[in-house]
Amino acid sequence: MNYIDLELIIPEISMALLAGLIIVFDLFSSNKRLLVPLCLIGLLVPLFFCIAAAQESAEAGFMGTMQVDDFSIFFKYIIILATALVILSSATYAKRFDNHQGEYYSLILLSATGMMLLASATELITIYIALELTALPTAALAAFIREKKSAESGMKFLILSAVSSAVLLYGMVLLYGFTGSTHLSDIGTAIATQLSGSAGITDHGVLLFSVILITAGFGFKISAVPFQMWAPDVYEGAPTPITAFLSVASKAVGFAIILRILYMVFENEALSSDWTSMMAVLSAISMSVGNLIAIKQNNIKRMLAYSTIAQAGYIMVGLAAMTSDTTLNTSGPVGILVYLAGYTFTNLAAFAVITAVSESSGDDSIDSFSGLIKKSPILAGIMTISMISLIGIPPTIGFMAKIYIFGAAVETNLTWLAFVGVINSVISAYYYLRVVKTMFLNSASEQSPIKPSVGPLSAAVISIVGTVAFGLYPRPIIELAREAISTIVG
Amino acid sequence: MEIPGILSIAIFLPLISAVIVAVFLNGKTARGFALGASIVELMITGYIFIAHKQYDMSEKLTTWFPESFPVQYFLAIDGISAPLILLTGLLGIVSIFASWNVSERTKEHFMWLLALQGAVVGVFTSMDFLLFFLFWELELIPMFFLISIWGTGRKEYSAMKFLIFTILGSAFMLIGILVIFAGTGTFDMMKISELMPNANLIMPIGILFLFMSIGFAVKLPVFPFHTWLPDAHTDAPTAASVMLAGVLLKMGGYGLLRVSAGMFPDQLEKYAWVLALFGVINIIYGAAITIRQTDLKRLIAYSSVSHMGFVLLGLSAVGGGITSLAMTGAALQMFTHGTITGLLFLTIGFIYERTHTRHIPDLGGLARRMPIFTVSLMVAGLASLGLPGTSGFVAEVTIFVGAFPAFKIATIIAAFGVVLTAGYILWMIQRSMFGPEKPQFEQIGDATSVQVIPIGILIISIIAVGIYPAFVSDVFADGIAQLLIMTGAN
Repeated sequence: MNYIDLELIIPEISMALLAGLIIVFDLFSSNKRLLVPLCLIGLLVPLFFCIAAAQESAEAGFMGTMQVDDFSIFFKYIIILATALVILSSATYAKRFDNHQGEYYSLILLSATGMMLLASATELITIYIALELTALPTAALAAFIREKKSAESGMKFLILSAVSSAVLLYGMVLLYGFTGSTHLSDIGTAIATQLSGSAGITDHGVLLFSVILITAGFGFKISAVPFQMWAPDVYEGAPTPITAFLSVASKAVGFAIILRILYMVFENEALSSDWTSMMAVLSAISMSVGNLIAIKQNNIKRMLAYSTIAQAGYIMVGLAAMTSDTTLNTSGPVGILVYLAGYTFTNLAAFAVITAVSESSGDDSIDSFSGLIKKSPILAGIMTISMISLIGIPPTIGFMAKIYIFGAAVETNLTWLAFVGVINSVISAYYYLRVVKTMFLNSASEQSPIKPSVGPLSAAVISIVGTVAFGLYPRPIIELAREAISTIVG
Repeated sequence: MEIPGILSIAIFLPLISAVIVAVFLNGKTARGFALGASIVELMITGYIFIAHKQYDMSEKLTTWFPESFPVQYFLAIDGISAPLILLTGLLGIVSIFASWNVSERTKEHFMWLLALQGAVVGVFTSMDFLLFFLFWELELIPMFFLISIWGTGRKEYSAMKFLIFTILGSAFMLIGILVIFAGTGTFDMMKISELMPNANLIMPIGILFLFMSIGFAVKLPVFPFHTWLPDAHTDAPTAASVMLAGVLLKMGGYGLLRVSAGMFPDQLEKYAWVLALFGVINIIYGAAITIRQTDLKRLIAYSSVSHMGFVLLGLSAVGGGITSLAMTGAALQMFTHGTITGLLFLTIGFIYERTHTRHIPDLGGLARRMPIFTVSLMVAGLASLGLPGTSGFVAEVTIFVGAFPAFKIATIIAAFGVVLTAGYILWMIQRSMFGPEKPQFEQIGDATSVQVIPIGILIISIIAVGIYPAFVSDVFADGIAQLLIMTGAN
């Protein structure tokens, strides 16, 4: 190993150092108000290194276990953005943790470090370790409130995450046994030679089994049906900003690594026709189940948990739309990246508003949004735009992303899947608009205006500006996503 | 005089005014500002209507999206859209006057009205399919709020029904747009017309035609997709009813003309009998139901279903030899129905403001108390039943003459619809305005001077088009001739 390789993971190192710094600062300073500004300023360092790395060509290091390319950098941008906005919207929320605020923020940063590593990992063991680094701090964060629901949430997340890791590990072991390597690129080559020669149907079967196990493992991360069981309970019990973090960053990284594995390992024609149909079916089921169950939810966090399952379904349309006939199609994966970026802005806006509202109302029921238009027009406006974006109505990034991803599906002869997608958007309009209706039409039990605190409000405003600006002019995101995808498609 | 960017101005003037109203203004200033904006908008639309033949107004911005997904900001205007834009400008100002007395959440009301107007102008001017779809969806949210906040009766139910029906229709349309894009590689509506015959479509063209037409049929509305309309119209506030009946339904007719006829001439010819059949069902079934209605607004709503049947009948006559005449009639019917039904809803809205009931048996003997409203209702009613000298007559006669050679029996049956119309209109006016005076209406007065203005505007346009129809019909005929040349149908 060459120590020069270290420069490849400077963003991750600086992120981890920031986490350490926050803990130390928290130990010696009693002024907890400085924590959030410190985190935000500190986050500029990894961001700067990411931007610097984006100027250079793709580079592999650590004996091929890590690769820094436009693809990983795209996700690092999303992770840093999400981390910053989550920390910003925690500013007042975290006060209830008293002396543990330092731990709270540094756990978020540590989890983000794991996510960033995951985005550039190209070797099975590295992937696994990065995954655990991501999951453990999140489990602690989910259980951070000292009450029953939050503890249950953390426990559920920990156990189910362990189970899913075990399933994933088993899939990886099969892959290693079959090809004799843990490096994704070597595995890809080995599979290509073995399948092109005497393509035994049994070999094919083993590989397919390992695809299924790996998909199951990551299916947990992206909360796709049938691996979604944990999401509603964990989302409901966890601190609201952490729910936002889980729904956005954790999901984005899950898709990042799925894309990488599918492209570097399983893009072989003989296999891809099988797993794309699997993805198509999972996608259709995810959207339908998520949307149908979301309709009857009365807790907004639970509703958004089911909504996130449905959104995972829409994004998986892009996974299913990866191959058309025999050639690899890039609009599907580009659509995934565009969608994830859009979803990050949109969902963070929604959760920032929820954080702000629950600070004054004290609970997370949809009813607590009654008459919000009178109590705080700006929060109601932001929430409305966010809900509209989740449905996929212009002028928002949600609309553009959906058009792009369904367009990819139609291009690859998956018109039926695009159809299921648009019909699901119609169903989803019903429950998203229920929130809007509650804010605009129902009258509140008490009329005192809500004065949102600076943190959540600015997080919400930043996210919603992104939602609308990229909804009107999505080209920058699309270009960035195209460059990112072009680095992993040979 | 050439004004650069005039079409963009026509779209964005109301949209930006809506934002200004939302952010800076309140109450009466919002109202005044909205009126000013709509006066300027009427002047702009009038200018576009008069000057669109003189120079090429089209605007194109190709850098909006990357080349791989060539969505363009492409606006253009022709004989089909110019009168409809003028209609939007006219009814825009009428709807502002109609909501002059709105006291509850005044500012929001005018904000949504302006936003609605901008979106509709966008629909009529977009020549890029995706931009067209964007504006098509953009119009939903303002209307949803207008009905659900300021409506009467089961307003929330009606607003949701309107929204779900429309996006269900546009779901089909979106799939169609994406399939067309996959087949032709462009979203440019003019190019699509040329490329369609040789397009490599992934679904049978008949089904594609059906998908596109369903989207428009829901909006028009065509039986059996019409059930949202009576609810939405009845429960909407006056201004929203005027816009809904006057302009929004025309989006459906415009889509049928521009897309179904303009891009699928062969399919339209093949399925012309289906259109004629549904046209006749709409006319007769709509009229038969109308007769039974006892709520003034619901009555007019169902009469719209009947009148939109004439549009369908006119479009169906494409295969009969005289292609353009019936189509021109259909287009003219859209314009005249916009002004006539606009006036009907406006007058009924004003009457309801005073009587607080729309139940016909409860009304009666109002003619002496409110002579202006009575005259206005009679002018609109007589135009609606097609009295010579009014615009309704010209449109219906043109349709009958044009459609007769193609579908003799259908036209004959449809002509009975006029008889039914005469029945329900005259009976309605007689029961509600004439007869013995009722004691509870002794105190109520006639139109205020502000209310006379929109009534005057609409009466003038009804009579003017009735006496000199060429003013509008020549423009339509011209646009339709161009459309037919482009598709090679003639």
